[in-house]
Amino acid sequence: MAKTRTDTEEGNDFYQFQGTDGYIVSRPLIEAVNCSIALERPLLIKGEPGTGKTLLARHVAEGLGMPMESWHIKSTSKATEGLYVYDTLQRLNDARFGDGDVGDIRSYIKLGPLGRVFATETRHVLLIDEIDKADLEFPNDILRELDEMRFTVMETDDEIIAKERPVVIITSNNEKELPDAFLRRCVFHFIEFPEPELMKEIVDVHHPNLDTTLLDQVLVKFYWLRGQPELRKKPSTSELVDWIAALLRSGIDQSQLESHIPFLGSLLKNEQDTAAVQDYEERGGALPSSWSELGPKYNQ
Amino acid sequence: MFLDLFYGLRNEGVPISIQEWQMFMTALEKNLHRSDLLGFYNLAKSCLIKSETYFDAFDRVFAHIFRGVEMELSPSDELLEWLNDPKNFEGLTEEQREALEHLDADELMRQFLERLEEQDERHDGGGKWIGTGGHSPFGHGGEHPTGIRVGGSSRNRSAMKVAEDRRFRDYRTDLTLDLRNTKLALKRLRHLTRMGPDDELDIDGTVDETCKNAGEIDLVYRPEKRNNVRLVLFMDVGGTMDPYYEPVSRLLTALHEERGLRDFKAYYFHNCVYDRVGTTADMYIKDAIPTGDILRRLDERWKVLFVGDAAMHPSELMNARGNINPRYTSDTRGVDWLLRIHEHFDRSAWLNPDPPSDWQYTQTTRVIQSIFPMFALSLDGIQDAVTALVGGRPSTPVGQTRH
Repeated sequence: MAKTRTDTEEGNDFYQFQGTDGYIVSRPLIEAVNCSIALERPLLIKGEPGTGKTLLARHVAEGLGMPMESWHIKSTSKATEGLYVYDTLQRLNDARFGDGDVGDIRSYIKLGPLGRVFATETRHVLLIDEIDKADLEFPNDILRELDEMRFTVMETDDEIIAKERPVVIITSNNEKELPDAFLRRCVFHFIEFPEPELMKEIVDVHHPNLDTTLLDQVLVKFYWLRGQPELRKKPSTSELVDWIAALLRSGIDQSQLESHIPFLGSLLKNEQDTAAVQDYEERGGALPSSWSELGPKYNQ
Repeated sequence: MFLDLFYGLRNEGVPISIQEWQMFMTALEKNLHRSDLLGFYNLAKSCLIKSETYFDAFDRVFAHIFRGVEMELSPSDELLEWLNDPKNFEGLTEEQREALEHLDADELMRQFLERLEEQDERHDGGGKWIGTGGHSPFGHGGEHPTGIRVGGSSRNRSAMKVAEDRRFRDYRTDLTLDLRNTKLALKRLRHLTRMGPDDELDIDGTVDETCKNAGEIDLVYRPEKRNNVRLVLFMDVGGTMDPYYEPVSRLLTALHEERGLRDFKAYYFHNCVYDRVGTTADMYIKDAIPTGDILRRLDERWKVLFVGDAAMHPSELMNARGNINPRYTSDTRGVDWLLRIHEHFDRSAWLNPDPPSDWQYTQTTRVIQSIFPMFALSLDGIQDAVTALVGGRPSTPVGQTRH
């Protein structure tokens, strides 16, 4: 369902993406998405793992009512694969055994995600997922194509020009630095870890009608855990959602949560972290049970 | 004012070019900031800043430049003055001035505030700049069409509040050091080169050769890619290093988990390296091995990384029999061992967890700085140290450091 608003006073339709029912967005993120749409620049999304970077593209597509094409980048991905692949081996094989139409090179050119998005008639959302996984030079190799929205198939001299400029969303996990030239062309947004208020809305999407006192207990414990500087891997939104699911299944009520964190394994994914927290509990360490105990940052 | 932002950011070391600035200007022309300061803040941030590590710098510069703007949005003294004495205000027509005569100041003030409020509501719908500063109070989330879920408390925060909060302080690379960041910094230690026997099938080469052979298969092999970096770590486990246990242990974990290294060895010392170094952090004497053995066994291609605060009593470094533990003293001075290590290996670097501003006050730190290139135990420092170990030759001569 597209939620489009035309701002009559200003005569622009900047506010195109407004979020969807299944995905909560902060105002800066909405603005970044719409800025990238209006400027026709790729949107580069970074953020902690588990903050919904990849999900964003799907929901932008849903919100704008566009189909989506994803290109998941691996360490072996090459830029040209996104455009097209010339299947020489197939052609060679066909030539040896007399199958297929060897004379027509075009039937051996297979378009990649980027190529398909360019070639299609409808405007697409293109997700380039985890661009930092690829080789350091990878982003530079797709710069020109993303800029000009066109490329040439070398083997046939065909030029593929995008009929509808796709909305490009790129995610990065920060494993590698991206080249400056590439960054300069992008609109950048860093998904911050949600604050408790926003987190409540997010949890509500996944677990509607959760008891508010239980939710508070859960979130206090969760933010307390995240606040521990010694943690090697901080739990994120997706882990919180899983944890709540586990709590609900087991039918635990809030009184059992007050001095103990059950199902620690669904929150912490590093055995040293788990051991440290268990050790702390066994020593009788105090767990906070209200926001005020978490310090001034959470006192609203 | 806008150019102040541009140059302010550049002065803070934020990499920002004309290209980004033009993109930002285009965005402003399209009114993407929706004429309010928070929108302006968000827009400037998405267009100009391309890494969360610069968010803090951005917040600082933004807060500095636009602090005045927000002050103007509440009825200021100047405005009150004008309200109290409207006749002297120059921007009014005769009729307006006459009309003003009939209103007393309180009434005018009330009306003005009402209007201000009204205007705000229109504002959120995409309105106009008020006055010179340009401002919109926020908190009209209900203005959005139904179904929008702008989340959380942040919508009620003013841009100045957001900027002044400096929530991104933690992302500054010169400060933080978590395990993942450390690993990222160390990843640059990978230096892949093709070496060894031809045992990997080169598919592209095979296809090319086969095509050239008119379809007769011609297999092409090439050597595998391997990391050719060997690293030897010398780590200070002395008492003065205790406060740095966390960052140092993260560095150590990251190094141990760095699978890309061809070879990695870690040795431990107390304050300074002497005849023997420990092979475990406990420094048991039975596990200690002669430092000379290390120099014999490891050739100059090994990269040497020291981690230590380089702070000790001068005699521990400069005197014979200087070892703090009298049972293991020897006639060779600590500084000579350090020089030997430095001369034996091609590349070496020293990471110091003490803040760089303190280095000059410690005599032994200054001496060691003149032997090894010294870097702070921060993300930037680790990156620089890695560059000193495997990157191009350092442009600054050994002994000079960056702060």
